[in-house]
Amino acid sequence: MLDAHIPSGPIEKKWDKRRFEMKLVNPANRRKHSIIVVGSGLAGASAAATLGQQGYHVHCFTYHDSPRRAHSIAAQGGINAAKNYRNDGDSVQRLFYDTVKGGDFRSREANVYRLAEISVNIIDQCVAQGVPFAREYGGLLDTRSFGGVQVQRTFYARGQTGQQLLLGAYQALEEQIAAGNVRMHTRCEMLDVVMVGGRARGIITRDLLTGKIDAHAADVVALCTGGYSNVFFLSTNAMACNTSAIWRAHRRGALFANPCFTQIHPTCIPQSSEHQSKLTLMSESLRNDGRVWVPKTKGDNRPPNQIPEGERDYYLERRYPSFGNLAPRDIASRAAKEVCDEGRGVGPGGRGVYLDFGDAIRRLGEENVREKYGNLFDIYEEITGDDAYKSPMRIYPAPHYTMGGLWVDYDLMSTLPGLFVGGEANFSDHGANRLGASALMQGLADGYFVLPATIPNYLASNKFDKVDTSNPAFAQVKAEVTERLQKLLSIKGKRTPDSFHRELGTLMWNNCGMARSEKSLTEALQRIPALRDEFWNNLSMVGTNEELNQSLEKANRISDFMELAELMCLDALERKESCGGHFRIESQTPDGEAQRDDEHFSYAAAWEWTGTGKNWAVQKEPLTFEEVHLAQRSYK
Amino acid sequence: MKLTLNVWRQASANRAGSFVTYEVSGITPDMSFLEMLDVLNEDLLTKGEAPVAFEHDCREGICGSCGFLVNGKAHGGHKGTTICQLAMRFFKDGDSLTLEPWRAKAFPVIRDLVVDRSSFDRIIQSGGFITVPTGSAPNANAILVPKENSDTAFDAAACIGCGACVAACPNASAMLFTSAKITHLNVLPQGQPQRDQRSLNMVAAMKEEMFGTCTNHGECEAVCPKEIPLEFIGKMNRDLARAVFKRRREPIPVSPLVQEAMQK
Repeated sequence: MLDAHIPSGPIEKKWDKRRFEMKLVNPANRRKHSIIVVGSGLAGASAAATLGQQGYHVHCFTYHDSPRRAHSIAAQGGINAAKNYRNDGDSVQRLFYDTVKGGDFRSREANVYRLAEISVNIIDQCVAQGVPFAREYGGLLDTRSFGGVQVQRTFYARGQTGQQLLLGAYQALEEQIAAGNVRMHTRCEMLDVVMVGGRARGIITRDLLTGKIDAHAADVVALCTGGYSNVFFLSTNAMACNTSAIWRAHRRGALFANPCFTQIHPTCIPQSSEHQSKLTLMSESLRNDGRVWVPKTKGDNRPPNQIPEGERDYYLERRYPSFGNLAPRDIASRAAKEVCDEGRGVGPGGRGVYLDFGDAIRRLGEENVREKYGNLFDIYEEITGDDAYKSPMRIYPAPHYTMGGLWVDYDLMSTLPGLFVGGEANFSDHGANRLGASALMQGLADGYFVLPATIPNYLASNKFDKVDTSNPAFAQVKAEVTERLQKLLSIKGKRTPDSFHRELGTLMWNNCGMARSEKSLTEALQRIPALRDEFWNNLSMVGTNEELNQSLEKANRISDFMELAELMCLDALERKESCGGHFRIESQTPDGEAQRDDEHFSYAAAWEWTGTGKNWAVQKEPLTFEEVHLAQRSYK
Repeated sequence: MKLTLNVWRQASANRAGSFVTYEVSGITPDMSFLEMLDVLNEDLLTKGEAPVAFEHDCREGICGSCGFLVNGKAHGGHKGTTICQLAMRFFKDGDSLTLEPWRAKAFPVIRDLVVDRSSFDRIIQSGGFITVPTGSAPNANAILVPKENSDTAFDAAACIGCGACVAACPNASAMLFTSAKITHLNVLPQGQPQRDQRSLNMVAAMKEEMFGTCTNHGECEAVCPKEIPLEFIGKMNRDLARAVFKRRREPIPVSPLVQEAMQK
């Protein structure tokens, strides 16, 4: 059985207790240890900067030209913290409870409590770095509400909170680079983990400009490489977001937990053309003031402004009166799908619902609405050509975030000793559904506070033989990586990487998207291996490895999605209950909500790789709830 | 619609480049500019030719990866828009477009439309931060920040580091970029202790990277996708003057670059 190494004692003392039990590294000895951090988003940049400040020798890797480009930058709405500056009943306990409930009781209590505790320190840290959060006229920090909660605990910087937090972490990282504590490797993509003596001791990378395959050795490796929503091809993720780093670690033995837990975000701009390359998110914060509706009658094609109030169905307010438009993401997404399935969707293809600011503009005035959401309205207009101050936005759900990821224990260490995983790349804190404004909180909690405590403990608790890249393990993994790339280049088939990615994405969206069934998943499990075979036999590729070759980068990432997709469907098939974002149509309450089955599925499913085309083996971490009373989640 | 594209093709930094003409068809008004290039690249790949290399990632105007010149205008010259957000509805059937990379000594071409902007990171390294070791921060509401200062800091911090300002400037100056970071941090109470050394060090780093000087053309402001105002350059110059005068009386820790410049 999987042991998460959760400290004993009352939940509010666990993190303190763990920190006290941890072994420390003497400041003079820290520079003797080297640490590899892969990824430079919120989790990676903050971890690398903090470990650099502590005096360790850090190597940080990103495939971007600069660490500032990581996709954390695109997060819009905000970051949660249990500051209770509003005096509206918030507390660490309440943030903890909201997060566990929001995740539909499929997360680990001890981790979530720690996250809620640390949330408070994150805001302090960011403000001190100069993150320009929104403020009141009195000079104090402003907050707003996000989905699934009834307090105002979300700190924000207009609609660009992720950008501002990432720049804070990036600047701290650049300071450490200048000080010589962190060595930054840009345009350098990790392609495998190297295990020596049963411990993660390095990585293999490809230089994206020269194609050079390099080995890097260290005492410990931390992956902060983000999520895998791009398995759906169309998602809100940036084009390069991928699963390769965590997937290659999975192939080396790291267990992959709850891969089917994906979040479909309710407010995205609907797909408009078949050439579309990505979907654009409209921040959840818009639901603070925007009202979601569709016409009451099927096929009502009148322009929205001509549909009288009485003929509109504000379905979220109707179905969930106490949370209204701020129902959690999984619920709001499913509700949008249902009204569109009923034929009441709006816009081309009937795949859209209105998000209407008419009332807010009448109540607050256009200027105030512009102050709060101006940049989001601008993005909307740039993409659609429509002015959302005059007529409602059209929105539709899209893949956005993945709660699943590499399994980690309380210290954020995977099942491979010495391989730590932070941010979206791990599975730990959000259960089956993440609440809005909690991703930034988790990324920074892991990077600023958790990893910089647990990694030194790992370093102090183990003896490290001198290992460098001349160790034969490095040469072997390097050869395997090179062979895989050469294979991709040598197929000389007829189909482009994107055509495979599109086909895989459509299949996953239809069969393993917002609603899943035994039938859809079984079908996907038959079709994915066939598509993967075709990929490896009919891929067309130009150029060589020894140059900037963006098609090769893409194909290499798609090759991993092809394997991950199968595991996602398998996990979704095995989890016969519905919970959070995982909706099995066979398991619903009489009024169509997700029906959990705590008796059989109150566990995290951690999958073990046994070889391509072979079935995975599953290990289960039972989830026990001591603080939170398990209940049917209700937002009514 | 159908378009003619003259695209700068350059296999690598040390090979000569040239314009190559391509025709693309089947472009619809709701596609983005980069989706139009995706169509071209799919077509090239199918024919076994090397696709046009260009940088892009988020495709929603915030990561700052994308950017090249369209008919001589950075990001296509549409106000407040990155090239990834530019919709094809602003072009018409039969248009002929010339695509070339940022042109600046400090941004060497890597391949086709991809340039090396690591000089921007080095400017940030020289002083674009506030030193706060993790865990040492005071309570976030302990220091009040007037809303107008906070708003100015945000307006400056909105910079995405794309490099359009440099590409549009006849002097290839990075003053809009540098002044945006200096303004962001210097206007906040948290940024005061390092204010003078930041101004001195960042301006010296900018010169060291071979960026030119501002001669008030204002092209940078016109093309900036985040509409960073020109007045920040004035503010940077005032902060620089303040630091230079102050340094006569008080020791301000500065980089060797600044010491060298001062001696001249």
